[in-house]
Amino acid sequence: MSEQIITITIDGQEVKGTPGQTIMEVADSAGVYIPRLCFLKGLTPHGSCRVCVVNVNGRPQTSCTQPIANGMVVENDTEEIKQLRKDIIDMLFVEGNHYCQFCEKSGNCELQAVAYRLGITAPKYPYQFPNKEIDATHPDIFLDLNRCILCARCIQTSRDVDGKTVFEFVNRGPEKKISVNADAKLSDTNLDVTDKVVDSCPVGSILKKRVGFAVPIGKRIYDKEAIGSEIEKG
Amino acid sequence: MSENMKRIVIEPVTRVEGHGKVSILLDEQNKVKQARLHIVEFRGFEKFIQGRPYWEVPVLVQRLCGICPVSHHLAAAKAMDRIVGGENLTPTAEKMRRLCHYGQVLQSHVLHFFHLCSPDLLFGFDADPAIRNIIGVINKFPELAVQGVMMRKYGQEIIKATAGKKIHGTGAIPGGVNKNLSIEERDSLLKDLDQMMEWGKGAVKVAKDYTMENFDMVAPFGTFDSNHMSLIREDGAMDLYDGKLRAIDPEGNKIFDHVDVQKYTDYLLEEVKDWSYMKFPFIKSIGPEKGWYRVGPLSRINTCDFIDTPEAEKERKEFMALTDGKPNQITLAYHWTRMIEALHAIEKINELLHDSDLQGTDLVVTGKRREETVAMLEAPRGTLIHHYRVNKDDQVEMANLIVSTTNNNTAMNASVTKVAEDHLSGVEITEGLLNHIEVAIRAYDPCLSCATHAMGQMPLIISLFDHEGKLIDKKTKE
Repeated sequence: MSEQIITITIDGQEVKGTPGQTIMEVADSAGVYIPRLCFLKGLTPHGSCRVCVVNVNGRPQTSCTQPIANGMVVENDTEEIKQLRKDIIDMLFVEGNHYCQFCEKSGNCELQAVAYRLGITAPKYPYQFPNKEIDATHPDIFLDLNRCILCARCIQTSRDVDGKTVFEFVNRGPEKKISVNADAKLSDTNLDVTDKVVDSCPVGSILKKRVGFAVPIGKRIYDKEAIGSEIEKG
Repeated sequence: MSENMKRIVIEPVTRVEGHGKVSILLDEQNKVKQARLHIVEFRGFEKFIQGRPYWEVPVLVQRLCGICPVSHHLAAAKAMDRIVGGENLTPTAEKMRRLCHYGQVLQSHVLHFFHLCSPDLLFGFDADPAIRNIIGVINKFPELAVQGVMMRKYGQEIIKATAGKKIHGTGAIPGGVNKNLSIEERDSLLKDLDQMMEWGKGAVKVAKDYTMENFDMVAPFGTFDSNHMSLIREDGAMDLYDGKLRAIDPEGNKIFDHVDVQKYTDYLLEEVKDWSYMKFPFIKSIGPEKGWYRVGPLSRINTCDFIDTPEAEKERKEFMALTDGKPNQITLAYHWTRMIEALHAIEKINELLHDSDLQGTDLVVTGKRREETVAMLEAPRGTLIHHYRVNKDDQVEMANLIVSTTNNNTAMNASVTKVAEDHLSGVEITEGLLNHIEVAIRAYDPCLSCATHAMGQMPLIISLFDHEGKLIDKKTKE
């Protein structure tokens, strides 16, 4: 028996998928980019950053977690949705200490790239200037929580891909933060520079030491093309 | 303030990089009792880079300045070369950095001469401020103004080709560079080189002719005898990127020579005064009273034995002949020497663009790790010192930045005092006379933001107080 085909529309464009696929998955296949931050291919999506929110039959839903159903009407590229996303990104910027000017992730940073894609030139909310921790104890990895956006990609990658549980969330609400193996220092963990978790961070929080700025301006991931272009090109 | 005295405040000083103010204290006869240049910015770079990883420092500290960030970028990179044991750079890396630096020296020097100073030189120090500005220059001397813009653009293009961006790039990394110069980049820069050479020579002539035609006024203006200091190459040549320290006294005798920059604290000390955020460095063996010195283009021409590019060397010889080879102390001669250096930078750019090492692919070296490091470089405004300590976890523990303008602090105060005494004593104070003070400060091309490690732009406020501290006159210009 042939597999059931589900048809939805995204911004009026008919898109087909199969049962169990999410809106984001079918959008990607159809070359429609939905901005995202906490989503990373290979990990279980959890919809926590809310950047991929789309209107589904008039209701906001996270596209990385919402399975498709026949006849769904999805709005992605609307002013309302775009504004919601911009507000989220704005808040992420002011809640941390994101100094792109001297951050080695600049040009390769997903937060910066999504902000540029959405046309954010400066945050509209006041900067919070929080005190955040730095952990430089690991010989090969530098952890800078000033730039952490609590996407949980490191928690999932370490646990589900590397099998190590190096990172975990502690505290709640505004106090929520990434912690290292029950408050030990990074050097006390079994984290290795070859672990997949090191490449999982969308911002400049988990960094390989001593390689910053080795890629010249012009050759960084988002120097020439906006984030999402690879999806739009198919 | 004692009785029967007046205080004049010039705040901020305009057409300089950054924010400072001048206060002049007059007695009942309007004689100058005291004149001071106060640096009223505070930035705190040395403190907030503590804890940051060392490889971030060259990109972070260049944010001190938008005019010569390359100086801080390269000085920090040179320092971090030593942290990673990579101070013996590959030819490609060293030449790429040098090219970047010469591009910067050119753009910074022409910006200062054509945009910041030319209004004073072309219209006169006390000309109507409504025309004594860059717009006035564009209206009356359009060709000169365009040359200034185009030469600066050329320097900026070089910076972009070597560091990725015209301002605040990332070219230099610990132990080397992150790119070479492509053939396309090289050819694009070679295209305009002949024009730059011609304009460079022309700029030296403008500065020289101005000095010689107005010699009686220029020679004593804010002028005094001082020591001079700069880096020099092993063979005594001018070297803007690297070398060892030489200091000379007013007669040209060497106070110290070929001093390893790692040992600078054995030769230089810094004094703190309660009326300025900027420190006052001096030569340790002579003491704070007489041990202060000047840096920058005038000092570099005075200290070096020769310049290793023919056109600039010809100009240096002509300049030094004025004083029979002795150090030239004319403060306004900073402009002439600045343009000689701009010409030198163009010649060096020419040399480098014809060097195939720039297309090499061996970009980075590392070696034995160190914890403490000093690096120096001749920035457009003078000797720049970066000193860091990095812990075993790769974090900066200590930073001390002695920037060019700080090195010139006492000298700028001496020039302010000299001009105040010569021009402001016993006469009615006018805007034009107050501009004389600013002209003397501008000669040094000070970067006050860098020197205190503020941002923003403020109007010039000149306040005149009577002996009771009552405001009796106030002039403001935007």
